[in-house]
Amino acid sequence: MLLLGACGDDDDDSGGSAAISNEFEFFSWWTGGGDSEGKEALLALFADQNPDVEIVDSAIAGGAGTNAQAELANRLLADNPPDSYQRHAGKELVADIEADEVEDLDSLYDDEGWRDVFPEQLLDLITSDGKLYSVPVNIHRSNVLWYNPAVLDEVGIAAPPTTWDEFLTQATTLEAAGKIPLTVGPTWTQQHLLENVLLGELGPDVYSGLWDVSTDWESAEVVDALDMFTEVLGHSNLDSAAADWQPAIDPLIEGDAAYNVMGDWADTYFRVEKELTWETDYGATTSPGTDGVFNFLSDTFTLPQDAPHRETAIEWLKLAGSKEGQDTFNPVKGSIPARIDGDPSLYTDYLQVPFEDWTDPSTTIVGSLAHGVVADNAWKTEIDSALQEFVESGDAEGFAGAVKQAYEDTQN
Amino acid sequence: MLVSPSLILLGVFVYGFLGWNLRVSLSDWRGLRPDYAYAGTDNYQRLPDDTRFTDDVENVLVFTAVFVVGTLLLGFLLALLIERGVRGEGFFRGVFLFPMAISFIATAIIWRWLLNNAGGAQETGLNKLFGQVGLDFLANDWFKSRGTWAPAAIALPAGWALSGYVMALFLAGLRGVSDDLREAARVDGANEPRVFWHVVRPMLLPVVMSAVVILAHISLKTFDLMFAMDVESRKIETPALYMWFTTFDGLNFSRGAAIATLLVAGISVVVVPYIWYSIRMERRR
Repeated sequence: MLLLGACGDDDDDSGGSAAISNEFEFFSWWTGGGDSEGKEALLALFADQNPDVEIVDSAIAGGAGTNAQAELANRLLADNPPDSYQRHAGKELVADIEADEVEDLDSLYDDEGWRDVFPEQLLDLITSDGKLYSVPVNIHRSNVLWYNPAVLDEVGIAAPPTTWDEFLTQATTLEAAGKIPLTVGPTWTQQHLLENVLLGELGPDVYSGLWDVSTDWESAEVVDALDMFTEVLGHSNLDSAAADWQPAIDPLIEGDAAYNVMGDWADTYFRVEKELTWETDYGATTSPGTDGVFNFLSDTFTLPQDAPHRETAIEWLKLAGSKEGQDTFNPVKGSIPARIDGDPSLYTDYLQVPFEDWTDPSTTIVGSLAHGVVADNAWKTEIDSALQEFVESGDAEGFAGAVKQAYEDTQN
Repeated sequence: MLVSPSLILLGVFVYGFLGWNLRVSLSDWRGLRPDYAYAGTDNYQRLPDDTRFTDDVENVLVFTAVFVVGTLLLGFLLALLIERGVRGEGFFRGVFLFPMAISFIATAIIWRWLLNNAGGAQETGLNKLFGQVGLDFLANDWFKSRGTWAPAAIALPAGWALSGYVMALFLAGLRGVSDDLREAARVDGANEPRVFWHVVRPMLLPVVMSAVVILAHISLKTFDLMFAMDVESRKIETPALYMWFTTFDGLNFSRGAAIATLLVAGISVVVVPYIWYSIRMERRR
C-alpha cells in the first residue's frame, strides 16, 4: 500500500527513473456528448503507441470551453502549463503567442509533411506572424441550417431557404401555422447566428474583411446585413431563449419550430442522443446564402513553452495531426478530419456532406467568430458585450460603431 | 500571542491581496503577460460610460433590494409562525433550513426549470402550474422579462435558499426575549401588538442588523446563481459576473480588478457601519 501510494504521488521528473514518472498531462474541455468518446479513442491510441506514458486527463466541463479557458489562463499565469492544451484554431491563440506561452511548430509541420495535407486556406487562417503554433485535429462547420422536414411538409414549404430574404417569406407562412420559424439559445448561439447571417448577406470576401477591418463595419452594406439579423431574430423565440444549444434544438425536434442555425456537432445530438434518422427525421443544409462556403472552426493542440514533458507532448502532437489519429478521433466525436486525405468511408450520414465540401478544392473557407477563429479573445469579449446590447435594442449602427471602436481599443 | 499567526495570514491573504488587486486596477494589464506599470485611474474613469457596467449595477441593486427585503419578511414570518407554537417544530425548522444546504448551482438548475418562460410543449414549472390551476394571469417571463425586473426573479431562488437561515436568526432572537418582560408589560395593561412593538421589537434590532449585513454581502457577491440560471444573459448580469468575463474571457485584468475594487467598496458601505455599530454597542456594556 505504502509503495503504491509513493508511486502514485510521483509527479515530477527529477526524482526516480524517467520510465516510471513519464507523465503526459492533456488539457481540454472535451467532457461530454461525443467529445469525450472521441477523446478516449484518441488517448487509447496514444497509450498503445506509448505504453510507458501515464496519461493525465485534465478536462474541465462547461460553456463551450469558457470554464476551461479561465482555468487555463490561471495556470499559464502561474507558469504551470499542462503538456499540451486545447484551443480553438485561429486568433484565440494570439494572447498566448504574444505572452510567449507556446512554441512555434514550423519544424514539426515540415517533418511531418503537414503543409501538403492541410488545406492552404486553413493554414493561412491559423498562421500568426508567419508561423504555425498549433495542430488542428478536427474541423467543424458553423454555417449549417438544421430543419425538421415534417414541419416544412406540414405548412407546405418545398425546401429550406437559400437566402435570408426567402427565410423571411417562409417565416410568415410558418408563423401563420403557429410554428416558431427559428430557435436560438444563449448569447454565444446568437453570435453564431450573427456570423452566418453576415456571411450569407455579405459573401465570403466582404465577410472575411470584417475581421481585419478592411471591410468598414459602418458601411451601408454591413449595417443592412445587421438589420437583416435583427429581422431574423424577430422571427425567433429570443424572448424565451434556452440556456444552452441542445434545449434550443428541442422545439424543432418536437415539431414546434422549423429551423436552427448551429454547428455540425448538432448532428450528434439528433442522431445519438435523440436517436433520429438523418434526412428522414432531421435535415441540414448550408445556412442561407452560404452555398459553396465553409465557415469553419477547429480544435487544435499546442506545445507550451516549458511543457514539463516536451518529448511526449511532441509525440502527442504528431499523433493528433496524423491520418490515423484524425480518422480515429473524428468519426466518434462527430466531426471531420482537418487533413484532406481522411478515409471517406468513415464519414457517413450527415458527416458525408461537410467531408465532401471540405476536401473539395473549389470550396471557399472562412473562419468563425463565435468559435475563436477570426477575432482574439479581447476583441471577441467586447463584441459579446456590444452584441447583447444590439440584440435588445436593434441599433445596427450603434453595434457597428462599437465593434469598430473595440477593434481599435484592443488591437494596439 | 495566540492570535498572531492568524493575524499574519489575514494580513497576507486578505489585505495583501486587496492591495495587489488595487495595484492591478491602476495598471493597464491586458493579455496573459502581467503588466503592473502604473496607468492611473483610467479603468475607473471608463466604467461610468460603460453601459454594460451601469446596467449591471442597476441589476445588482434591484436584486439586492428584492432579495434582502423579501428574505427578511419571509424569514420573520416563518419564525413568528413557529414561535406561536406548532406541532413538530423540529421538523419544520429542518425543512425551512434545508434549502441552504443545497449549493447555489443546484438551486439555479432547479429554478431555471421552475421559472422557464417557454410556451407550448416546452412549458414547465410555475407557468405551467399557474395554467393548470386557472391563474394564467400570473404567468410571466421571470428572469427573461424585458425591463429592469429580470434580476428580481433571481431573488426568488436566492430567498428560497436563505429564508430558513433568517428564520433561525429571528427564532433565536424571539426566544431571547424573556417571558418576565412580556408578562410585566401585560400586567401593565398592554395588548399583544403593543407588547410586540414596545418590548419584543427593540430587542430584535440586533438580529435584523446582522441578517441585513449577511444578506446584503451575499447579494453583492452572488455569482454562481446567475451564472447557472442563464449564462451570459445581460438581463441578470451583475458586476461580479462582468468582472469574471472581462478578466478570464477577455484577459482584461486591469478592468476586472477595477470592478472588483468597486465591489469591495460596495460591500464596505454595508459592513463598515455595522462593525462601527457593534463596537459602539459593546463599549456601552
